[in-house]
Amino acid sequence: MQILTGKTNIDFLGKRNIALVFSLLLIIASITSLAMKGLNLGIDFTGGYLIEVGYQQPVDIEPVRKILAQSNYSDAAVQHFGSSKDILVRIAPRDGVNSAKISDEVLNILKTSSADEVQMRRIEFVGPQVGEELREQGGLAMLIALFGILIYVGLRFQLKSAFGAILALVHDVIITVGVFSVTQMAFDLSVLAAILAVIGYSLNDTVVVLDRIRETFRSQRKGTPIEILNMSINGTLSRTIMTSFTTLLVLGALFFLGGEVIHGFAFALIVGVFIGTYSSIYVASNSLVLMGVTKQDFLELAKESEELDDLP
Amino acid sequence: MINQYPLWKYLLLVCVLVVGAVLALPNIYGEDPSVLVSLRNQQISVETQQKVNELLQNASIQTKSSELKDGKLLIRLPSEEVQLKTSDLVKSFDFIKRNSNYTVAVNLAPATPKWLQTIHALPMYLGLDLRGGVHFLLEVDMKSAINRLETDLVSEMSVFMRDEKIRYSGGIKRENDSIVIQFKNIESMEQARSKLKSQFKALEFTSNESSLKVIGKLTDKALRDERRSAIQQNVTTLRNRVNELGVAEPVIQQQGEDRIVVQLPGVQDTTRAKDILGRTATLEFRLTEGTSADWYSAANGGRVPLNAKLYRQRNGDPVLLKRRLVVTGDQINDASSTIDTQSGTPAVSVRLDSKGAKKMGKTTQENIKKQMAVVFIETKVVTKIVDGVEIKDRSRTEEVINIATIQGVFSKQFQITGLESFEARDLALLLRAGALKTPVEIVEERTVGPSLGKDNIKQGYQSVLIGFSLVLLFMAVYYRGFGLIANVALTANLVLITAVLSFLQATLTLPGIAGIVLTVGMAVDANVLIFERIREELRIGNSPQASIHAGYEKAFSTIADANVTTFIAAIVLFSLGTGPIKGFAITLSIGIATSMFTAIMGTRALVNLIYGGRNLKKLSI
Repeated sequence: MQILTGKTNIDFLGKRNIALVFSLLLIIASITSLAMKGLNLGIDFTGGYLIEVGYQQPVDIEPVRKILAQSNYSDAAVQHFGSSKDILVRIAPRDGVNSAKISDEVLNILKTSSADEVQMRRIEFVGPQVGEELREQGGLAMLIALFGILIYVGLRFQLKSAFGAILALVHDVIITVGVFSVTQMAFDLSVLAAILAVIGYSLNDTVVVLDRIRETFRSQRKGTPIEILNMSINGTLSRTIMTSFTTLLVLGALFFLGGEVIHGFAFALIVGVFIGTYSSIYVASNSLVLMGVTKQDFLELAKESEELDDLP
Repeated sequence: MINQYPLWKYLLLVCVLVVGAVLALPNIYGEDPSVLVSLRNQQISVETQQKVNELLQNASIQTKSSELKDGKLLIRLPSEEVQLKTSDLVKSFDFIKRNSNYTVAVNLAPATPKWLQTIHALPMYLGLDLRGGVHFLLEVDMKSAINRLETDLVSEMSVFMRDEKIRYSGGIKRENDSIVIQFKNIESMEQARSKLKSQFKALEFTSNESSLKVIGKLTDKALRDERRSAIQQNVTTLRNRVNELGVAEPVIQQQGEDRIVVQLPGVQDTTRAKDILGRTATLEFRLTEGTSADWYSAANGGRVPLNAKLYRQRNGDPVLLKRRLVVTGDQINDASSTIDTQSGTPAVSVRLDSKGAKKMGKTTQENIKKQMAVVFIETKVVTKIVDGVEIKDRSRTEEVINIATIQGVFSKQFQITGLESFEARDLALLLRAGALKTPVEIVEERTVGPSLGKDNIKQGYQSVLIGFSLVLLFMAVYYRGFGLIANVALTANLVLITAVLSFLQATLTLPGIAGIVLTVGMAVDANVLIFERIREELRIGNSPQASIHAGYEKAFSTIADANVTTFIAAIVLFSLGTGPIKGFAITLSIGIATSMFTAIMGTRALVNLIYGGRNLKKLSI
């Protein structure tokens, strides 16, 4: 079976200005949302308490919230988690109070206030100090990953390509994080892990396209840079779509079957795969055009590597 | 001849796959609910095993097996209900109830067959989010450790100055991070400085000629040593405390400079765990001062000698203790309740380290028939509200838990007698706890209840299974013959990931499973790249054999580039390293390595085997 039979010849870069505007709009929207609404940071980064309990029967949120408010936890955020039988309580950190005890206390209140049997499913407590560290480490990790990749791509390709690849990555990361800001889904450690995986994935995609661009520049004697870029994108198109599709298949399985805990993680990856697929087609190549890429850029490198090959 | 592999490559592949399959095999046997009985610092004997077995038989409990492993008794049971019943029953056995050194824990023991156990093939280790349990991150209060060290030094210095007959004015004071002594003239100041310098290596001394002060500051090395020993001491004591909780496979590890990770699989009662772990107590042995009449008069506003301090006993009675320390809790190596062999009454046996033993030997020699007290000091965190702002405050409560008469000269090992049986048990417990020198505080907790753990496992496996099947199906439909070959490689990939994880005994977590799922999706990428290349080559009119060859050849550098970049991201993830993320990073990087192997070498071998050397007109791709 072949979905894309024969050779596709879509003029991707003909619409590069539309893509440029589209990307810019998404990025501006993301940054605006990040500035205005910020992220709904999970307790991993803010510090605080998270208590998940399971009931035998469906429960209403309001009574639970009232009982907690009566017991001095008026700031508790109560919500259903996964099903109407599960309840998730989140409480902001409180300076000083012998921290780890609060989750026990809340659990106790929930247990004694309900006629139904209450099962402890999960307790998480992150001290404010630890939260701050994780936040710093998280940001740092993202930068290190981008930097490490920049170095690798810079070594393997020439500078313009490396720059294009990093641009595509930053584009993907900003938009994926932006989606979390717009939807206000909880942004926790596992989502951060997913974003880093998106960096890996999106780059994977971009590198495949760049690889082909380099190859086409070297093998084709004729053609403008834009024609060659188009040719390369068309050449890798069916692969790009296939891989994204299989990855989305398994991510779909994770999203729908993996349980509530893994939801944010799977969601971030799904968004990332979509954006990453788009960016590998448009962003990297578009930035190459904007930087005025020429055949020369790739030939020089070829000569160098030939010389290297000739060394004994 | 193209598209043919030398024999050794086939052999290598077969070897890797067979070894991988064997290593992955233990994972399909599941786990038995079981009860684990262990004895502190001792091996469980065959007699004990027989005794337990007999008692269980009498209670008509059906066991699957009972085995001695690494000095512990492992009883496998058919179901979780029986497991809980058995655990309660074993705990109630008389000889176990009476001896605090026994630990009875419920556990999930891998049901790996004997022959796999003998070659050390073990199933993957399931993380806390999959099996349920508690994860604590504790922070050691280094400030209080340093504080104590300085206080000790001040008291040692005052003794030294007296012995050396060096005169100074006022006391030895502690200011900020330094110890300050005020002198009357330059001569005594310089004399003191040079003598102190040679005696107290932990301090760095400077003198100030205009103000006639000698200022001592802890050296960097002393600070470092103190921090290290505070951490190590805590790790050791936490191990002992965790034993009290009855956990089968606890993890207690230092993390960073001043933190300790404690993982207790299967523990559900977090309140009790926190109480036991969070107790922050220290311990001091001190000589008493004066008679009991002096104690009462001091308590009623009378004179307290300069070298002594007023304490309270547990029953509220006053007691005067010398300021000079004999032995501190961190010098206690072990304390346990026993029966005194001579009198047959309950006693507590204490063992000191060499430093403590030396000091204790000297003290008892000089103070025979005098009294020595044990002071138990507990640190609590109390929150006060000052001007509407919450302020964290540590409060110390000091309590004399035992006063005993020194009956003879002893040093390393001694007994405290004249106790009731429960007193002996309590004292031993407190002594052990008191050996924990520096307060610790829980700064992170992650607890997963058993029901969520089960859900996580079920959902994790389900998503791997479904995701995997969908990809297999899709590949077979889309690439037909070559798709099937890729599917064989993908299956081999899954087996190899499992094998490597089992071999490394890496911890499998829910994010780890997500990593596997993601790898499955991305592993196909290498094959997609190759197959699309082959199709391209065919389209431009190359022969099938040449197309296969060129497809693999041309796709290789792309695959390598793509995987290296993902690998970089995985390494960064790993170094970022808190629990859940680490699990994801591990499976992702293992997955990248194994998928490179199976997707390139594995499929090529199959392709060569099927198509190599034949005269082909068409490819099933």
